[in-house]
Amino acid sequence: MINIKTKIETRDKKRKPLPDWMQKPTFVVGLVIVIMFVFIALFPGALTNQDPLEINVAEALQKPNSHHLFGTDEYGRDIYTRILYGARIDLAMGVFGVLIPLVIGGILGLIAGYYGGLFDTIVMRIIDVLMAFPFTILVIVIMSILGAGIRNVFIALWLVGWMSYTRLVRGEVMKAKNTEYIQAAKVEGFTDKRILLRHLLPNVISSAVVFAASDVVLCMLTGASMSFLGLGVQLPAPEWGAILNEGRSYISYAWWITLFPGLFLAFNGVGFSLLGDSLTDLLRRKGR
Amino acid sequence: MNRLNYIIKRILQIIPVLFVVSILIFFLLRFIGGDPARLILGDKATKSAIKALQIKLGLDQPLITQYWIFLKGIFKLDLGDSLSLQVAVSYLLKQRMPVTIKLTLFSALLAIIFSLPLGYLAGKYKDHVWDHTIRTLTLVFISMPSFWVGLLLMILFGVKLGWFPAGGWDETNLFTQLRSLLLPAITESLALTALLMRDMRNSVADISQMDYVYFAKSKGIKQSAVRKHHIFRNALISYVTLVSINIAYMLGGSVIIETVFALPGIGKLMIDSIFNRDYQVVQSLVLLFAGLVMLVNLITDILYSFLDPRVSY
Amino acid sequence: MEERKKILEVKDLQVYFPLKHEVVKAVDGVSFTIYEGDSFGLVGESGCGKSQTLFSVLKLLKSPGKIVGGQILYKGEDLAPLSEKEMEKVRGKEIAQIFQEPMTALNPVLTIKKQIFEAFVHTKMTNEEKEKQAIELLRLVGIPNPEKRLKEYPHQFSGGMRQRAMIAIALGENPNLLLADEPTTALDVTIQEQILALIEDLKEKLGMSMILVTHDLGVIAEMCNRVAVMYAGKIMETTDTITLFSKPRHPYTKALMSSLPNGSKNKLETIKGTPPNLAKEIIGCPFAPRCKYAIDKCRKECPQMVEIEKNHFTRCHRIDVISKFEGLIPVEEDKNE
Repeated sequence: MINIKTKIETRDKKRKPLPDWMQKPTFVVGLVIVIMFVFIALFPGALTNQDPLEINVAEALQKPNSHHLFGTDEYGRDIYTRILYGARIDLAMGVFGVLIPLVIGGILGLIAGYYGGLFDTIVMRIIDVLMAFPFTILVIVIMSILGAGIRNVFIALWLVGWMSYTRLVRGEVMKAKNTEYIQAAKVEGFTDKRILLRHLLPNVISSAVVFAASDVVLCMLTGASMSFLGLGVQLPAPEWGAILNEGRSYISYAWWITLFPGLFLAFNGVGFSLLGDSLTDLLRRKGR
Repeated sequence: MNRLNYIIKRILQIIPVLFVVSILIFFLLRFIGGDPARLILGDKATKSAIKALQIKLGLDQPLITQYWIFLKGIFKLDLGDSLSLQVAVSYLLKQRMPVTIKLTLFSALLAIIFSLPLGYLAGKYKDHVWDHTIRTLTLVFISMPSFWVGLLLMILFGVKLGWFPAGGWDETNLFTQLRSLLLPAITESLALTALLMRDMRNSVADISQMDYVYFAKSKGIKQSAVRKHHIFRNALISYVTLVSINIAYMLGGSVIIETVFALPGIGKLMIDSIFNRDYQVVQSLVLLFAGLVMLVNLITDILYSFLDPRVSY
Repeated sequence: MEERKKILEVKDLQVYFPLKHEVVKAVDGVSFTIYEGDSFGLVGESGCGKSQTLFSVLKLLKSPGKIVGGQILYKGEDLAPLSEKEMEKVRGKEIAQIFQEPMTALNPVLTIKKQIFEAFVHTKMTNEEKEKQAIELLRLVGIPNPEKRLKEYPHQFSGGMRQRAMIAIALGENPNLLLADEPTTALDVTIQEQILALIEDLKEKLGMSMILVTHDLGVIAEMCNRVAVMYAGKIMETTDTITLFSKPRHPYTKALMSSLPNGSKNKLETIKGTPPNLAKEIIGCPFAPRCKYAIDKCRKECPQMVEIEKNHFTRCHRIDVISKFEGLIPVEEDKNE
């Protein structure tokens, strides 16, 4: 037991604390991945000089080689280049698929939670009915009504996505509504609008933002799934899910068409998940 | 007795929701979807041919009448005929549903088998290497697209190694069925395994620090008894709830998995019907999914009330 | 005077909590002895280490607490190095513990019956015998209608009843030593009296010794025959209760007593300042920053425990000052010494 004591005491003296966010390797790794993702989405041309849409049948279905890092597809298009140019589509699906629901759903949740009453009841009833479906099914059903195409993917994601944020924000608002902090603001005569914007919003938004980080992954994967099923982004656009769908026909011998797009999806998904996960921890610690 | 009343109340609550859903899907499909007759016959069809098909399929009647027929049919379990496949929808559903149910249950089983012990260990050795490994794996599993994993598994174990069929459903006997389902079930269970592991880990980590665990230890009971009656028993509450909620979610994932592995379940049926503009099937499937999910939610609530004696009605 | 039997002897106990960035020295060199039949009180402010001292006896420290030094001699055998399996033989049967908050100390999903039955782990009994014994125990602690109550869950009990139930469970196998961590702090004032009386009664009936941890001097006065006053992980003063209240000999003890309402018109005294951070190295006497009588020596050198009269120990450099302290009750004249 004396050993434990001296071990603990010497370790204690060696430590010098780093700033909170730098200490978490998950946060740093996640951030790096996301930044890389954004860079590729914005400047795919910086990393390749080939054309993602250029057809060259002579070079069709080549294994990965020095000229085509990830091989080629049935039309001779360079997979590596297609993946790079596809990044912006998938990133957009993830980020913008979340952004609108976050804002709209958040506002609805604020109002419903704060004012309650008929508005709240109606909103919650709608959510109850729609939440009877799994997320994917709902999106598919909406796509079946609207038809295929990337525009409809976004509409479907928005129509379904807002509900989680409304529920989340509404719950937080209802909890915060009764705190002394808000009661004090009311007593001081602040207008409702001011209370909502200046006092409630900053406090309830953190959990919504954290949820958004992992929701980005969900939206991105759902959008890719839609394209994979043929309902979403249509070829020849180089969206990663669509490329995967292409690869199905050649699955037994052109495995590279299947491997790489999915790898990128997974990798970037992990990046956002790490970010979201470490944000949860960081915010939890700050709140203490 | 209270519990029985509660269950009945909940079942009754499902009905209006299903009713609203049926209205929504029926009219939305008809309004925004486009004419099925034209879609079946193609662009080159003549007007009269389209009209004839419309009459044959009963599409010329006013929408309200069509809806009424649909509604009546639900109670008689006659959901009309599939526009594209020319068979009764109810037959289709009856034939396809078992596949999806078996897939979902198999996936859930796999997820539970792996997440229970691994999650417990991660929680017990919180913040140690094992815990960090499991938490990282969890993140990775959740972030991977299921169709990609499914395809990879199919390539590796189905095509290259030939251990399992590369898709398709062999109904011959239970063994062949399980063999057809293994790769799909593994694919589908990954995300759930990750979520369950994380939940078990958090529960175990939190509960281990609770006063009642220490009080139990202070009585001198064995560590295994503490584990079983105190830690696990309380961790089960949120764990079981999570399993139930996610079974509903997995029903949604079945659409993708069944497409990848060419399994004849209701998920694949949904996709095929959407492409074929087969509204009869789509609307019935939507109702079916809604009903299944609400049933699962009900079972969740009932299970919860058994697990946690503090719940009142 | 006959030699009293020692039940528990704690020697130089050290309990550390290694956290991510620092090590909290919760208990830093605590020694005391419990004799058969004692009601020994450990009193002090929050964070002084009294609860951690108690938890270490049965090795039930919450993570990441560890015993890093010292001995805990129960009937001569050192408990500190024992494994969990070996501790299982001691817990419940020889030494039992009750907790501060009865709602969190009882498993919410198990019936009271199951939780009492668990206490019988060391004795071979049939289910009928266990049930009979359980009912008897509930009756012993004053729970009405015990047959019905057995089948209920903790949340169906009131706060006072839960505490009684916890006591019943702890006493299931008639232990020799009871460790009580602030058993009445979480209860209504009216219930507090009842529970204290119950504990006193049971102690007599079952012939137990007890360590009672509390921050309330009133509880000490009522229940304990011997006391130790703790501050910053160390014992500042220890003696029998009457002596403590009549002749306190440590500035901290004196300050504690001065802050009690005593019916006079004088303003209540508070102790200025806050307890020291136990994660940082403490040089000198831990109470020096807040002590009215502190001199240079106090800030440089931590005083050792000194026996200033028979069975009365204290740790302070200012012997000249503290010998003049007046207590809350008049001094008993010892005619025969």
